[in-house]
Amino acid sequence: MSIAVDQVKPREITTKPRLSDRVFRGIVTTGGFSSLLILGLISLFLGYRGFEVFRNEGLSFITSSEWSIVFDESGNIVESNFGLAAMLVGTILCALVAVIIAVPISVFSALFLNFYAPAWLKKILVAVIDLMAAFPSILFGVWGFLVLMPSVEYWAKLINKYLGFIPLFEIKPYFVTRSPFVAGVVLAIMIIPIITSVSREVFAQAPLDRIQAAYALGATRWAMIKAVVIPHGRSGVIGGAMLGLGRAMGETVAVFTVLNIVFQVNWHILLGAGGNVASLIILKFGEASPYEIKALMAAGLVLFVLTLGVNALADFVVKRTGKSGR
Amino acid sequence: MNTIPKPSMPWAATPKDRLRDLLILVGAIVFTYVFVGLSPMNGKLAYFFIFFMTYAIFTGTYKGITRGSAAAKDAVVSSVVVVGAVATLIPITSILATVISKGYKGLSINLFTTDMSLATATDPLSNGGLLHAITGTLTLVGIALIISVPLGILTALYMTEIKGRFMKPIKFLVQAMSGVPSIVAGLFILSAVLYPITKSSSGLMGALALSILMIPTIARTSEEVLLLIPSELREAGVALGGTQWRTVAMIVVPAARSGLITAMILGVARIAGETAPLLLLTGGGDKVNPNPFDGPMGSLPYYIWKSFYAGSEESITRAWAGLLVLIVIILVLFISARSLSSRKVK
Repeated sequence: MSIAVDQVKPREITTKPRLSDRVFRGIVTTGGFSSLLILGLISLFLGYRGFEVFRNEGLSFITSSEWSIVFDESGNIVESNFGLAAMLVGTILCALVAVIIAVPISVFSALFLNFYAPAWLKKILVAVIDLMAAFPSILFGVWGFLVLMPSVEYWAKLINKYLGFIPLFEIKPYFVTRSPFVAGVVLAIMIIPIITSVSREVFAQAPLDRIQAAYALGATRWAMIKAVVIPHGRSGVIGGAMLGLGRAMGETVAVFTVLNIVFQVNWHILLGAGGNVASLIILKFGEASPYEIKALMAAGLVLFVLTLGVNALADFVVKRTGKSGR
Repeated sequence: MNTIPKPSMPWAATPKDRLRDLLILVGAIVFTYVFVGLSPMNGKLAYFFIFFMTYAIFTGTYKGITRGSAAAKDAVVSSVVVVGAVATLIPITSILATVISKGYKGLSINLFTTDMSLATATDPLSNGGLLHAITGTLTLVGIALIISVPLGILTALYMTEIKGRFMKPIKFLVQAMSGVPSIVAGLFILSAVLYPITKSSSGLMGALALSILMIPTIARTSEEVLLLIPSELREAGVALGGTQWRTVAMIVVPAARSGLITAMILGVARIAGETAPLLLLTGGGDKVNPNPFDGPMGSLPYYIWKSFYAGSEESITRAWAGLLVLIVIILVLFISARSLSSRKVK
């Protein structure tokens, strides 16, 4: 006896995504584009608010270093001059001092972590350095001002005493408090964890077969590092240094607490007169008139473009690492 | 009785070698003390650097005499590398030591039960506290989490699950976004939301700016975690007839759950101490303000900033106490993130 079975009609084979999938993909894609949207909106709004200032000041917004606004009795603007030159020079100067101090220390500690430290010590140190990267900038600011600054000023005097004949280390007039050098040291401490972890990662990617080949040929540890690890990781370290540079240029609170802001271009790193775009915004924001706020927005846009450019370059350089081995 | 022959290990240090190493170390220490003592230098850092320099030179010359120039260079570099690692650790040790030693003086019960609305900068420490700052920071972080967790995780899902045409540019943009200076994020909210729409500072404005800083951290960490989920799981889900939506929601995300929580914790740690945008946007009140949509809202970084700039002895102690509380919060977040992510690896 046979039972008649209803033939179940097989499901249609299709490559078309279902409705639920289309909705899902739509939502995820929209979410994915949020970063593009936010970055676009940032440049759009800051540009829109700062447009008037850009138009009035023209190129002198970048080249002049005066920052003043004069009102008459009824509150109308008589005269206004906004120029960022001193602040831009100061930002780059502090960031460069920071990178120059931080890169050797970071590279050495990354080498120590990867090739010298025993495994247990490496684990602890990596955790501590990662923790340091998570420290807030206000902590570095307060600590930098109350604890670090006296010693750094002492070092600055020593450098000036023995290397003062180099124009870069001149102090004229003799005033060392809150100099770009101090800010640079604080920033260096802040970016060491970043550069260390990037360098550590690129050093760890050095091909093991070449490391072992170098040892097999009788190389000492340093000879191996020089022949294999450094050529492989060089562009990665440069990229990491630029990431640190970008972070150092955008840092606000830590720099504001330790830097003396002066509206005059100053290349002498030990002289207590510096500038910083981000600190300028904090300094002037409190009592700024609506028009001056627009100038601050324009300054913010300049800072945004600057850090974006440095970060993009850093990203490009780090990505190249894997391909550049010999 | 058969004895197992002991391997001779010719590379291992003999007692004679150990004694020699110890002598070099002691010699370097003695030399450092004499040298620093006789020269006009003072301070711990001078001892530290002179010690490492003499140690490097001593071992270098010894190795150079016994084994040649390659060994000498190797010995010098070994000490220099240690200097790098120690120089990295000096600041963090100093920071932790100062914050703990100066901060604990400001700790008391009323710190966590009262706010600053009835206290001034020069009041004794028994008056006033940072309740408003803690509740404010919690509110700000909570709102920022609500905004940035969905966006961050969706961005990560786009990069790992959909892998669309725009994956590379988006990856680049997320990287670029993580480099946006916090003050710029603050200015953006100021120009895009505060001036045209709300016209007054409130907790919400601060939270919006914090979300901008938090999204890239969450997106990048989540992406790393989702990439670790084996693609066999996804294939199995699809092979069982699941749609992509069901596979992601029922298999991939639950499998990555602890990693995604780690991403959130790291995001919170990133913004908990962020100061600059809050200075522009929140108004920094001295009173507990439960309403994030209206009125100035205090926060820990703002409290520290304000106390630090008030400049009196009491208020600077308050700032250190605030920093201690902040650092403990970050430490707890950090340790919980670590323990979660290490459990995942097993």
